Amino acid sequence: MSFFEGTDLWTLAVIVGLTGVTILTRSFFFFSSEEWALPDWAQRGLQYAPIAAMAAVVLPEILMQQGEFLHTWMDARWMGAAVGAAVYFWRRNVLLTIVVGMLTFLPLHLLAGW
Amino acid sequence: MFFKAENYRHPAFMEGLRDLAPQAPGVAAWGLMTGVAMVNSGMSVFEAIAMTLFVYAGSSQLAALPLIVAGAPVWVILATGFCVNLRFMVFSLHLRPYLMHLPRLERMVHGYLTTDISYVLFTRRFAKPSEDPAEQMTQAASLAGNTFIVWASWMVASFFGIFLAKIIPTSWGLGFAGTLCLVGILCSLASTRMRIFAAAVAAATAIMAYHLPLKFNIVLAIGVAVVLSMSLERFQTKRAGEAA
Repeated sequence: MSFFEGTDLWTLAVIVGLTGVTILTRSFFFFSSEEWALPDWAQRGLQYAPIAAMAAVVLPEILMQQGEFLHTWMDARWMGAAVGAAVYFWRRNVLLTIVVGMLTFLPLHLLAGW
Repeated sequence: MFFKAENYRHPAFMEGLRDLAPQAPGVAAWGLMTGVAMVNSGMSVFEAIAMTLFVYAGSSQLAALPLIVAGAPVWVILATGFCVNLRFMVFSLHLRPYLMHLPRLERMVHGYLTTDISYVLFTRRFAKPSEDPAEQMTQAASLAGNTFIVWASWMVASFFGIFLAKIIPTSWGLGFAGTLCLVGILCSLASTRMRIFAAAVAAATAIMAYHLPLKFNIVLAIGVAVVLSMSLERFQTKRAGEAA
């Protein structure tokens, strides 16, 4: 595979555009230098945004398969995640959550075929 | 932004970095699989490297790949990336008071580098923005350390994925390490009843609205969870006030 093989200008233009999209969305409210602040209640409400974002990204990943809620409990992903979560509450360590979760997931996924 | 001396010489830089270190393998697993996915979709190595270096947003990269392969109209690809990234706008709204003391360009570089994990761990560490200039410096330096380690792990792992795409087995599901990393972070945030309520609402909304196009379910779930938690909080304080 050579470095530039298959490179075309159209794809590069799309990449430039997507870079713009990243800048636009991640810095959206940093652009304006005007003095304004959210009302207190809204600022308080945003405290719930981090955990909501994590739950919204993670739970469908674990509890759904091919766009549908799991039909079976024999699924390596939710088991890996459940064991990982239990390890987290036991040891409060994300690295251990990842390691033990993977050690649960991989055998079930690769050997048992779940 | 990690390349500014005033940030990387600050002691809070290393603290932010250490805060993030346990999560780094999860970030790396995701970067690796994203690198593999880009090359396997038929992108050239040069294109995959450009995308890694500049777009720097895993979920919008993955969403764009099939559209690029299919040769979809450019505006469709950009609109898809935009919708997948909508949650970042919420994050920047939340982070605004933390960074407004900085010049515009610096704020925007901080914003560009702040991914999901950085945002969540930064707001976990600093529950409130500060009025005090020294503390503001500390917060910015901590965010710089935090985003640096995410950026570095993501970049190194993506490059491995791009160059080793042919020999890394995708069927093993190594990317699941990224999901487990978020599971750990989710558990670390679940410290009050109200937060657990917010997580449950967000999860239920995201699953029920899963079939909305363009991952709208994520930003909808955040919106519904924030509004319901806020209302419940007000209702509770009102009742407490009446009782007293």
